[in-house]
Amino acid sequence: MENNFILSLLLILSVGGSLLILLLPRENGSLLRVTGLVISLVIFLVSLFAWYNFDPRNPGFQFVEKASWIKGLGISYFVGIDGMSLLLVLLTTFITPLALLSTWKSIEHKVKEFTFFMLLLEAGMLGVFMSLDLFLFYIFWEAMLIPMYFIIGVWGGKNRIYASVKFFIYTMTGSLVMLVAIIWLANSGKEFTTDLTELYKLGPTLGLSAQNYLFAAFVLSFAIKVPVFPLHTWLPDAHVEAPTAGSVILAGVLLKMGTYGMVRFNLPLFPDATKVFAPYLAILAVIGIIYGSLVSMVQKDMKKLVAYSSVAHLGFVVLGIFGLTTESIQGAIIQMVNHGLSTGALFLLVGYLYERTHTRVIAEYGGIAKLVPVYATILLFISLSSIGLPGLNGFIGEFLILVGSFSSPVLNNPLYAIIAALGVILAAVYLLWWYQRMCLETVKNEKLNTLTDLNTRELFTLIPIMIVIVWIGIYPSTFLRLSEAFSSNLVSSITNALAK
Amino acid sequence: MTDYIYLAVLFPLIGFLINGLFGSKIKNEKITGGIGTAMVGLSFLVVLFSFIETLGLPADKRSRIVEWFTWLEAGGLKAAAAYQVDQLSLVMSLVVTGVGFLIHIYSIGYMHGDKAFWRFFAYLNLFIFAMMNLVLADNFVLLFLGWEGVGLCSYLLIGFWYDRKFDKGTVADASKKAFIVNRIGDFGFLVAMFFIFSYFHSLNFSEVLPLVANSELKPWVFEAIALFMFLGATGKSAQIPLYVWLPDAMAGPTPVSALIHAATMVTAGVYLVARTGIIFAMAPTAMMVVAIVGLCTAFFAATVGLVQNDIKKVLAYSTVSQLGYMFLALGVGAFSSGIFHVMTHAFFKALLFLGAGSVIHGMHEQQDIQHYGGLKKYMPKTYITFMIATIAIAGIPPFAGFFSKDEILWMSYANGGLFFWIIGAVTSLMTAFYMFRLTSLTFEGKERFDKHHVHPHESPNVMVIPLMILAGLSIVGGWVGLPKVFVGESGNWLDSWLAPIFKDATRKIAHGGFHSHFEEYLLMTLTVIGAVASIMLARHIYIKRPQIAKDVAESFKGMYKTLYNKYFVDEFYQKTIIDPLVGLSDKFLFRFTDAKLIDGAVNGTAKVVSFFSAHLRKFQTGVAQFYAAVMMITIVGALFWIILSF
Repeated sequence: MENNFILSLLLILSVGGSLLILLLPRENGSLLRVTGLVISLVIFLVSLFAWYNFDPRNPGFQFVEKASWIKGLGISYFVGIDGMSLLLVLLTTFITPLALLSTWKSIEHKVKEFTFFMLLLEAGMLGVFMSLDLFLFYIFWEAMLIPMYFIIGVWGGKNRIYASVKFFIYTMTGSLVMLVAIIWLANSGKEFTTDLTELYKLGPTLGLSAQNYLFAAFVLSFAIKVPVFPLHTWLPDAHVEAPTAGSVILAGVLLKMGTYGMVRFNLPLFPDATKVFAPYLAILAVIGIIYGSLVSMVQKDMKKLVAYSSVAHLGFVVLGIFGLTTESIQGAIIQMVNHGLSTGALFLLVGYLYERTHTRVIAEYGGIAKLVPVYATILLFISLSSIGLPGLNGFIGEFLILVGSFSSPVLNNPLYAIIAALGVILAAVYLLWWYQRMCLETVKNEKLNTLTDLNTRELFTLIPIMIVIVWIGIYPSTFLRLSEAFSSNLVSSITNALAK
Repeated sequence: MTDYIYLAVLFPLIGFLINGLFGSKIKNEKITGGIGTAMVGLSFLVVLFSFIETLGLPADKRSRIVEWFTWLEAGGLKAAAAYQVDQLSLVMSLVVTGVGFLIHIYSIGYMHGDKAFWRFFAYLNLFIFAMMNLVLADNFVLLFLGWEGVGLCSYLLIGFWYDRKFDKGTVADASKKAFIVNRIGDFGFLVAMFFIFSYFHSLNFSEVLPLVANSELKPWVFEAIALFMFLGATGKSAQIPLYVWLPDAMAGPTPVSALIHAATMVTAGVYLVARTGIIFAMAPTAMMVVAIVGLCTAFFAATVGLVQNDIKKVLAYSTVSQLGYMFLALGVGAFSSGIFHVMTHAFFKALLFLGAGSVIHGMHEQQDIQHYGGLKKYMPKTYITFMIATIAIAGIPPFAGFFSKDEILWMSYANGGLFFWIIGAVTSLMTAFYMFRLTSLTFEGKERFDKHHVHPHESPNVMVIPLMILAGLSIVGGWVGLPKVFVGESGNWLDSWLAPIFKDATRKIAHGGFHSHFEEYLLMTLTVIGAVASIMLARHIYIKRPQIAKDVAESFKGMYKTLYNKYFVDEFYQKTIIDPLVGLSDKFLFRFTDAKLIDGAVNGTAKVVSFFSAHLRKFQTGVAQFYAAVMMITIVGALFWIILSF
């Protein structure tokens, strides 16, 4: 029983922590920064405690808490986590302190508001990953956007208004459609309920056409968030305008809410519709992989390059999800974590360079490996992780996704995986070409001669990520075993539902 | 018993970590170079010990699996960090660590004074680590880890002097090209693994390979697996159509060319095909493709080698050509001959590259053989060892290259037919010719450099001693595989040693037809006579009558240009693949589809929205608050709707 409060504790700490920030004096920037970091680290420690107490053999929800909220509507405060949510909760609590630490120099005005919003954002993200009530989920899903809007809108670049409007249109469209679907679904049973465990029983019993509509409504909202091609064009703009920490959180955690949603809701709630839609989503995923890679290759702005590479990488995740085999879903889950780590680190690196030079134009760099060897080494290391070099994390995810979806009985066509595997070539093309233009050859831009290498604080944000990258690459079992039971259980329950 | 084999993998990793993490602080070349070299030496001793132990075992007990830990497990897939110690992996490991050790020693002298000396040794150790995983892996996934790992090291080491120019571009271009072209091959390897897992539900050799021979699967499955895997092999082992990266890989320091781009990494494709020989044996079309690609690569690379003037380029094309021989052997089902040539080639080609490095070192970085000449009196030890390697590659008995090449040529005749033999033999004549062109222009004749500015000198002992050891191996290395026509079926030690590994595959490729000993003697004599004639011709032209070469080049200008420019293959790839792909991505995908089509639609919607919200600019400062308000209204509205609907 004592462990059963742990999820609420995480939420209370992040919401309470953000309120605590509000009580601190506005002038004392370093006090605000240190307090924010300490709170986020405490949250991380608590999440480690949850990991420690987690039983990986149990495919169901653990640390469940349920309290009736709106009686008569079957809405309750209902939280719990399984292996997949645990990994994403850990990712969130791991990335947030690093993102906070990364801004110690770059965010100089309104430190108080910034820290407040970052912690609030963390609360929202954690809430999304642990909600077991659709209504609660929706509240967190929407509420979490508010701090993100502020972070882009207040601390963003020149074009932040355009980026925010775009973000707004995309996201609102998806959210409203999902809300309608939630209500429809909640209303389909004998009694109105948003309890996910109840709906898991109800969803598969719905007729195919109802499932199809509901599936489409949910998946639209999630696909925008991922983003799945062709709904991706908000992403490059949002990234370019967002401050570094915003990009890190956006790429590191926020995008995964889309893929998480697909696994959490679409697959188990609507198995028949999943079978109908899987090939189409797999096609979009494969297009995203190739398209994202090719467009990434020709970018002149390094933040855009990384942003488009996200489209490609998340294409792998979506392919894995709709491959619907244990291997491919395990790959998709670990790849969500991988992408959070690698792309998060890439945005940190891009941000640190931008702070020094104030330009994101790749052509203005070149030869900086001579000037900043540590920076160049880490950039290469992270790029290799992103390329999917075996021994580092990216390979584990991509390989499982491809192997799994190749022999997927639902997709029933090896071409998806074969074409997706071409993305493996293209990732090397765009990342190594970028690396060459940034770091290799000779320094042509004289302004760069004063460039300084990464300082201790910056290294502290990157080294933890690098350690986990190697850890997942060499001993992925630590993480894979957390979600193994969940994934195989999900696959067999969908297979059973389809067999009926 | 051989549990300790993982030490052979671990030592180089430790060396990499020490030099990689602390090398820049240690700086002292003696310590960093010493650690790097010692770790590979230890690794060699471990392998040697295991080899001796295995020699004492009966043939059916020689293959063992040593599991270290579970690496990747999900669903039905399980790939462990586990090593397969058997006849094949031990031979490969001995070559990798043995030749690797010698090249490490040599590098201490060659890289002396380089700012990033420690980094060089860190990368070399990482390479040995990856290569050992490649040859010892007991499953495809771990093999792939080694496969990609050696590719990474190749990338890092080709680009070691990343701020320099090379050829028409830069060193960085060359390293990137190597990685990307290899990745095209890796794609093939990946797809082959997907097929295997899909049909065998495992990626472990011990669970897949024994099932292949009696498999009920349709033939096309094996053809597909074999062809995709061969695509992987053409990348790593520089075969048509993916060989283009290897000549550019010469941008790396010369010890790298010797170790990675001659002796070890480039033979990984040969090893892969040999290891999965039974799959290829089930796929006759794929086998034919392997043989023909190998033959064509051997031939065309040799023709290019005839006219190159950069000492390392000649050797690079020679390597491509020799790798072609190895695939020819595999393609005609002579797996052990392919591995035999891997071994002898490792000795003499490593020696040739190291010798070339010694020459380049002594000639102040000059690589153009037109500016060499008469070097034998300045660097006698380099000269003698280089000549031994040249005779070995030219196929003169009793040097190492003769035995392995003769075995391949004979098998290609016996299993492939006369046509295979003719092309193979002509290639071997060209090999003898261009190698003696190289030595004649380099070591013989008059000095063609400015003696006031260039003072050639012999290299230090730390570089010369590895040359001597390799020279010894280039002489005797072939004696482990004496022709059966002389010594009988069991007299060929290497063939008998490897036989258990290839027995299933060899049984499948049952070749009919009887060939007399007379045929074998005849063909052998013909190639040796031809080689001697080529050598004499080359020496005559390039030492005594250089004018002949110029006249020939002049009268066949078109052909000469084509060969000199390597058939314009790079230019062809640039025009037909790279340029269109970049153009398509930039102009069509990014500027049109993304910016105009998709974003056009979105911005159209945005305009409608901004029309309704009148003057959007007024919201600038409060735009986020505005969203927040809209969202709250949405949520509250939704709540009302829910409540009212009851």
